[in-house]
Amino acid sequence: MHVVIIGNGAAGVTAAFRIRQHQPDWQITMISGESKYHYSRPALMYIYMGHMPYQDTKPIEDHVWSDKKIELLRDWVVDIDTQGKKLKLHRRGAMDFDRLIISTGSKPNKFGWPGQDLQGVQGLWGLYDLKLLQENAARTKTAVIVGGGLIGIEMAEMLHSQGIHVIFLVREKSYWNHILPPEESALINQIIVEQGIDLRLETELKEIIDNGQGQVGGIVTTSGEEITCQLVGLTAGVSPNCDMVKETSIATKRGILVDQSLQTSAPDVWAAGDCAEIEMPEGKRNQINQVWYTAKMQGEIAGDNVAGMKRQYEPPLWYNSAKFFDLEYHTYGQVNRDLNQELNLVWQHPREPKILRIVHNRAMETIGIQSMGIRLRHRVCEKWINEKQTPGWVLEHLAEANFDPEFYQRHEDEIRSYLGKQIQ
Amino acid sequence: MIDPELLNYDFDEEKNGFAAPQAAVDSPALSSKEAMGRALLALGSMGIVLQVTVGIFLGSWLGILLSYGLLAAGAILIFLGRFQGTHPGIKHDGTMFRDIQNRGVLGWMLGMAITAFYVVLYFYDDLQNSWDMPPLLERPTKMLNPLAQLLSKGDANRWFLYGFLYTVAVCVFGFRMLLKYRHNKYQRFRTLSVMFFQFGFAFLLPNLLKAFHQPEFYFTYFWPLKYEYLFPNRIDTLKSSGAIGTFMVFWGLLATFVLTPILTWRFGKRWYCSWVCGCGGLAETLGDPWRQQSSNGQRSWKIEHWTIHTILILITVLTVGLWFDLGSWTASYKKSYGFFVGAIFSGVIGVGFYPLLGSRVWCRFGCPMAAILGILQRTWSKFRITTNGDQCMSCGNCSTYCEMGIDVRGYAEKGLNIVRASCVGCGICAAVCPRGVLGLENGMSPSDRFDGAQSPLLALTESIAASTVIPERKTMFPGTCEPGNCQCKEEAPES
Ligand SMILES: Cc1cc2nc3c(=O)[nH]c(=O)nc-3n(C[C@H](O)[C@H](O)[C@H](O)COP(=O)(O)OP(=O)(O)OC[C@H]3O[C@@H](n4cnc5c(N)ncnc54)[C@H](O)[C@@H]3O)c2cc1C
Ligand code: SF4
Ligand code: SF4
Repeated sequence: MHVVIIGNGAAGVTAAFRIRQHQPDWQITMISGESKYHYSRPALMYIYMGHMPYQDTKPIEDHVWSDKKIELLRDWVVDIDTQGKKLKLHRRGAMDFDRLIISTGSKPNKFGWPGQDLQGVQGLWGLYDLKLLQENAARTKTAVIVGGGLIGIEMAEMLHSQGIHVIFLVREKSYWNHILPPEESALINQIIVEQGIDLRLETELKEIIDNGQGQVGGIVTTSGEEITCQLVGLTAGVSPNCDMVKETSIATKRGILVDQSLQTSAPDVWAAGDCAEIEMPEGKRNQINQVWYTAKMQGEIAGDNVAGMKRQYEPPLWYNSAKFFDLEYHTYGQVNRDLNQELNLVWQHPREPKILRIVHNRAMETIGIQSMGIRLRHRVCEKWINEKQTPGWVLEHLAEANFDPEFYQRHEDEIRSYLGKQIQ
Repeated sequence: MIDPELLNYDFDEEKNGFAAPQAAVDSPALSSKEAMGRALLALGSMGIVLQVTVGIFLGSWLGILLSYGLLAAGAILIFLGRFQGTHPGIKHDGTMFRDIQNRGVLGWMLGMAITAFYVVLYFYDDLQNSWDMPPLLERPTKMLNPLAQLLSKGDANRWFLYGFLYTVAVCVFGFRMLLKYRHNKYQRFRTLSVMFFQFGFAFLLPNLLKAFHQPEFYFTYFWPLKYEYLFPNRIDTLKSSGAIGTFMVFWGLLATFVLTPILTWRFGKRWYCSWVCGCGGLAETLGDPWRQQSSNGQRSWKIEHWTIHTILILITVLTVGLWFDLGSWTASYKKSYGFFVGAIFSGVIGVGFYPLLGSRVWCRFGCPMAAILGILQRTWSKFRITTNGDQCMSCGNCSTYCEMGIDVRGYAEKGLNIVRASCVGCGICAAVCPRGVLGLENGMSPSDRFDGAQSPLLALTESIAASTVIPERKTMFPGTCEPGNCQCKEEAPES
């Protein structure tokens, strides 16, 4: 049996190891055009800023691949023939497979801005972009970052660490406020400005200007303002990378359509990770998850199914974490900016950048917990939300959820007395 | 679609890597503090050269002030210039691009300079006597006479010089740590603690004892690190020197046999290695810029495992041999141990190789005290590093900055707690993790200490068994576990 996996990201790699665990004799080939070995994509910024060498971002020592007999191939898949079970590779030509996993990740969105193909306009997605960023930064004094999401702020931090003047255009009234509630969003605005980034809220890109040599010379905003810059970072979100698959008989929508066992419409073809769109039963919304841990989980499920087990993907209770410059952020469950204010219990430190939020429903069941500047325990928050504890109970036990390093200032008493009043 | 034609996917990221990015901006002007600091460093070095060569101000307070005083002030100003005014948080921008921190030419030069200093310190006296060499250390030692007179009522010798430089290094670079990690109370307290113990107990007190004609004694060093504290002849001399000497003998025994096991049970190895010990103190302060040089490959782990336990056995055999008077070999054995382990390993290599192999070479590969603490930590301590659920995104910051070369990520990404003999509990992995995944904690039961072992004894036997097969931890996902160490409890697949 020959299993081919397209993509060596978190999803593909997890799948490969799962298959090897169950099937010691199967032939496994993993194809990726981006890098020889699997590396941690979220660590891209640390390579650029000199926190880590590229080698340290590889979670797996090189010898393990040959130990586990997983063959690595550096190539791009340009076509899939699901009937004949053949792949077309950019360099090597044809390759046969018996079972296939597509884990091609996501790709940065572009919105057809005039000038978006000029030299000096780029996103941040992979190793290739780091190299490009090095080249582009070398002629940059001022950079404009477009798009107020997680990758935008990472890119701002990267360029800022080099001393480049960074102008950060955010379309919304406040940073990431289609995800974050107002207090959190405002706090990050403040952090961005304090770091010395030129934050322009409610500002949109209209076009990118050519400097006459095919390079970026500046931009124009929708309000008509012209800004001189030499680099434009486009970070307007990502979408499933399935253009190549769209040209095959495999069914796609926004992503590659799969059922809960991650099987596509084609026999013997599975998809996992950022590129997959999972159809849920009972009219629930399709799932497109584009974070590291869901890629890992889906890789596990796909790998097991390919190896002959029967497993279904159940999305876990949502959680995530991020770091905005020096500010850490943890979120568990449903914390939605649209939720009614009265269902939110919010505590904010009077001086330091710290916020704690507990979200509940009308039945007084806790459905979400979120923090900034305070580390929370994943397992504890998850348990409380699954057990539908009341906000009062959560406040009572708050200390159990704290995961800050030893000797850190604790705020449970203040939080309890401040928020306790609001739930009576 | 990402166009393969557009992407240059021949780029060899393994070989070529990613060098320091350049920007078209002027590098920021040197802050006035840093500029002044550099000037003071230059003046201070000149002060030393003048005293050593021409002998101006030699052996006066003014001389000390114009040399070491200026150097310390200069370094402090430079650190203030670098860290003050920045935002509190992790300061690792550019760490991988600096020559001196990455075994570049400067790194090698610095490593060789420190090594040379240790060689001179330990061995030059003998050379000088037998080969009739110029007295290289005479004037540098003499420079410190006023201080030595004040503290110990005697002239400085080369060990006073060494102790002085060591303490200044711990305090000045400790100050740097305090600035660098000012957002992190664990780091601040720990750094203050090593500064306090180095200055008070490893420098001030031993010299004061000398002034009052008491035996020189370091209350913060115990057998087997300070091996002679349990040697019979040393105990005899101490006992014969009165009540204080007897107390020192008592303290040495208490520390080794009672305090160490109890404190390690309660807090883990860290109570000593990164809060009290002078070797650890220097590694955590002066050594901090090079912690990322510690290799965290599996090979180092195998070497470390053998060397550190071998040295523990060597010193135990020696001590037992001396107590039971097992023959004349003990005398030459003792001399070789002092030479190879005491001087070459812990000093010349241990500190000299900071810029080349990371800051904990001695603690990791050599120290027999660390070996004992490690066994205790692995088998019966309440201490462990816990992993925060599934938040890890495998970035690797923790493993890169672990000075003990532990592959922290290998545990974190599988959601496992980290219970490793070598972990000194410095807390840097927890500090640098951008996702708040790691936490140092005291206080779980022994049963989850070693994958389900119910008693310390079982944990010990399992630990010994596990250490002989070398579990491969550098694997990422469930399914990659080694046989017998599998974390994935799944049903078998259809055949
Ligand atoms: C800058 C950045 C920061 C991020 N930070 C975080 C974070 O902090 N936390 C978090 O949870 N998530 C983060 N993410 C998202 C996270 O990296 C992704 O969710 C995760 O990597 C998805 O894994 P995957 O295996 O699905 O795909 P990917 O890791 O994207 O891997 C896909 C691979 O497929 C290969 N490929 C694609 N098409 C082809 C083809 N046709 N032929 C051959 N090979 C192909 C590519 O080379 C690529 O290596 C970040 C993403 C980026 C870009
Ligand atoms: S594992 Fe963490 S606490 Fe332990 S030595 Fe390494 S960095 Fe320090
Ligand atoms: S534990 Fe933290 S620092 Fe270590 S790999 Fe995971 S996310 Fe990165």
